Formats: sequence, structure tokens, C-alpha cells
Amino acid sequence: MFVFTSEEKNKIEKIVGRYPVKQSALLPLLTLVQRRDGYVSPEAMEAIGKELELSPAYVQSVMSFYTMYHAQPTGKYIILFCHNISCQLNGADELLKYTAKKLGTDVGGTTTDKKFTLHQEECLAACCGGPMMRVNDTFYENLTREKIDQILDSLP
Amino acid sequence: MQILFKNIDMKGLANIDIYEKQGGYQSLKKAFAKKPEEVIEIVKVSGLRGRGGAGFPAGLKWSFLAKDVFPRYLACNADESEPGTCKDRELLEKNPHLLIEGIVATCYACQIETAYIYFRGEFQHASDLMDKAIEEAHKKGYLGKNIMGSGLDLDLYTHLGAGAYICGEESALLNSLEGRRGEPRLKPPFPAVEGLYGKPTVINNVETLCAVPWIVNEGGEKYAAIGTEKSKGTKLVSVSGHVKKPGNYEIVLGMPVREIIFDLAGGIRNDNRLKAFIPGGSSVPMLTADKVDVGYDYESLQEAGSMLGSGALIVMDHTVNVVEVTLRLAYFYMHESCGKCTPCREGTRWMWQILGKIQTGEGVGAQVDKLLDICDNMSFKCFCPLGDAAVGPVASSIKCFRSDYDELIKKLEGDKVAT
Repeated sequence: MFVFTSEEKNKIEKIVGRYPVKQSALLPLLTLVQRRDGYVSPEAMEAIGKELELSPAYVQSVMSFYTMYHAQPTGKYIILFCHNISCQLNGADELLKYTAKKLGTDVGGTTTDKKFTLHQEECLAACCGGPMMRVNDTFYENLTREKIDQILDSLP
Repeated sequence: MQILFKNIDMKGLANIDIYEKQGGYQSLKKAFAKKPEEVIEIVKVSGLRGRGGAGFPAGLKWSFLAKDVFPRYLACNADESEPGTCKDRELLEKNPHLLIEGIVATCYACQIETAYIYFRGEFQHASDLMDKAIEEAHKKGYLGKNIMGSGLDLDLYTHLGAGAYICGEESALLNSLEGRRGEPRLKPPFPAVEGLYGKPTVINNVETLCAVPWIVNEGGEKYAAIGTEKSKGTKLVSVSGHVKKPGNYEIVLGMPVREIIFDLAGGIRNDNRLKAFIPGGSSVPMLTADKVDVGYDYESLQEAGSMLGSGALIVMDHTVNVVEVTLRLAYFYMHESCGKCTPCREGTRWMWQILGKIQTGEGVGAQVDKLLDICDNMSFKCFCPLGDAAVGPVASSIKCFRSDYDELIKKLEGDKVAT
């Protein structure tokens, strides 16, 4: 059963108040749920739809357009590893392979202990610090094998 | 000449007190002493052009707003996603108040009472910093009701996307902001007439709006005196790839590419030979090393066969086979195509498949011509600029570096003979 806490209800009211049309709050609410649960379940889609007077099917159709929303549970840490041109030119492919091997998961997969989900990512606007990755909200630039070890090993 | 990056590395610049001490928010007094249309005129005179990619004159764009239709909206495009481009993120994270000041001045000029900053979803950190800066600006009376006694009421909100390159296209951005799939809209009507919620809307890139305070402070003529005859002012350039000192540099428009690569960015890594560069982000045609003396401005780059785009200079040395790079960019456009129109949805996938075959040595010569044929069938035939953007790297890589393709294809023929 999916429920919003009263604190979240207040937050939702504030978010909806920013827009002249309720539907505009759809992405912010999806983000709110995803940040809490790590993914957006069908029950959550229904609850969001109720808040914004949208059908669950419509919520899902919008959600499925955006790559950052997950319909399945993810790891505690989501690693977005950039492989686009500036990072590619500086060795991102080799480091992405290294990271996948280190974690023992395929690109796109989650480790068995549910700690890490590894994604290959398109440009994250840190091109002058490539190769780079984003782990949850934090950007890590100028990566090397040693740096990746240090970052991932130190995460609780 | 530092307009956008003045004090950029000063500690605590994101704090409003420190920003004010550097002369921050002073342009608002100047703007409010004038009529809104006079402020638009100043920006028109300055020659400031949109820094997001299209390069359309900002003041002119504002003057297209449907007359006497209210409310109007402003959407600041902070969806920075063009591969190679990372200048807006630096402005947003280090100097959020500069953007707020630019937005307030713009909203006064265009008589707008509600503004949104649309961040790409991955910019949660920058968006959190901006929320804090907006709160500070409210407390000081730079946002809210009757700002500094000017009669302007303005609310400013941040809004996060969720991972879609296409949302940097202005009409897709509006759809996303309205809680829809981020697919582009048919134009006309242009956003200045029917934009957000069907109302007149100004959409500008972060860097464009950040130039507004200086222009209002110093005057349009002074800005217009910087740069070349048609490309006025300064531009942030993100230099990445095979350079010794990658980074964001503020240049006066017209500076030769050679100076940007070799003086500002320290030259090519390991003192290798320059092979190619993409001057304006992944969507623009790449150029060969012999074009390195071209001026970095809208007209000169166009004359050289490319575009200034978003200002991302991607540098490649002689160790690169451009097919590998082109394949990666083709993958990117396939991944980011929204699927709304057929030439883009099918064309991007087809190009990626063919390039993949060539890259792995399974290609034949006729496939290179097939790629050019697909490019022809996409150019100017897609619903929005993403299709044309996808063509840029493919067509230019064949035009400039056909030998890189032939090398991979010949290898196959050689291998065949060997077996």
C-alpha cells in the first residue's frame, strides 16, 4: 500500500502551488517518490495520479519517456557513468568496463547486495573533467581506476 | 575580458551578501529607472544572441511577445545536455545570483510575473543551490511583490526534468514543464505567441540571461563594441577532449580557434598533432586541423562549414579514428530521439547500425554512400532540430575523413584475402 506522509502532503501542496495547472507538478512528484523509494511502483503512479487528477495510465506514459525514472527497485547508489564523446576520448570505455567488473554486474544491472546500480550515461555536462560519473547526486570527475576504487569502496 | 566569469572562482560568491558586495543586483536599479521597452531596446542594441545553440538575437526574441496578452511566462533553459557543453553548470553552481539578477531584469523588460528555471534532472545539486539562492533573493526583496518599489511582482521556481536531451529543444521543454512527454511542438505558433500554458513565453539559455545584468549596467553600445561586426560580446567556450588544460573559458567572440586550443587550453596532450575539432557541441559538423585559424564567432565558423552552436569545442588528436567517435555520437542521437517523427526515429537507428558494422570491420564501401543517403533523407525533413543535429557529425566525418572509413573497410578486404 502506497501512502504519502502528512509531511509529504504539505510538500506536494507547495509544489502544486507553483503552477497554474496541476499537471505541471507531475515530474516533481515522480522525482519526490523516486528519491524516497528508489523507484516508482504502480501503486505510487496511482497515488500521484490522484493528487493531480490524472489517470495512472497517463502518469505511466509520461514517466516512461524519461530515463531517470525507474519502474523497478534500484540499488542504494545509482552510478551514471558517462561514455559520451569528451569522456570517450579520455578513456571512459575502459573505466566503465573496469567498474562493471569491479562491481560484478553488467552495465544496466544491480549488484546482488542491492548496493549499486550501474548505468552507462549520455553526457552529464562535466565534459572538461572527463572521464566522469555521477553517484546519486554527486559528480566525480577526472576518474582513474584508483579514484574509482577509492570512491566506491568508501561508500557506506 | 570577463563579463560572465568575473569573480567566478571567488569563495562564497553563491552567497547573496558576497554577491552584493561585488556590485550584484545593481543592474535592477538601472532597469527599474527605465520603461520596460527601453530595457528591451538596450538588449537589442547590444546584439546579444542566444547562447544555447541557435544564436537568435535575444532582444528581438523578446520583442516578438504577443502584444497585450497576459500572463506571460519566462522559462530559463538549464537543460544543458549537448555533448561537450558544461558552461551553464559552472555558472549555475558558482554564481546563481547572476542568473537570478538576469531573470529579474528580463522579466521586468517583458512584463512577466512567473518564471521557471528548467534544470536537467541530473542537476539536482545545482537546483538545490538555486533554491537556496532564490530564498535569499526573496528575503532581500529582489523577488516577490513590488520588487524594489518598481511595481514588478515576480515569482521564480526551479523545475527538474528527468533525463531527456530533447527537452533542451524549447517547445519540448515547455511540454515537459507542463507535465507531458518531452516531445517537440509544431511551430508556428512560436513560444513568444503561444508558449507555456498557451501564453506568450520567453525562453532563454542560462548564459544568455547571465549576460543581461552587465548589458543593463554598462549599456548596449558598450557590449556591441566587443567582438566582431556581427558576433557581439563574449562567449563561454567549454574546451574538452585531447587538450592539456580542458575547461570553460570566456573569450571575446572572434578569437582564433588556434588561440583557444593552444594558448588557453595549453595545446594538445603529449604534444600530439591536432586532427579534428568540433567547434560547437556534438550537433555541429566537425572540422579538419587546417581550419584551426578560423575565428570563433557565428559567421566565421559558418563560413568554415560548421556552427558555433552551444560553444563546446571538442578537440581530437591524431590517434583518433573518427569512425569510433561518430559511432558514439550516432548512438547518442538514436538514444535521445523522442520517436515522434519517422525520419529521425528510423534514421538515427539505421545510421548507428551501419556505423557499428563499419567500426567492427564488417562494413563495405557502399555503406558509406548509404550513410550519406540517409543523411540526405533526414536533413530538413525531421520534425525538430534533433534530426539535423544527428546528421551533423555523420555527414561531416565522411566529408572530412573518408580515409578513416576506407581504412576500416580495406582492413576487411585484406582480412578476407588472408583467410
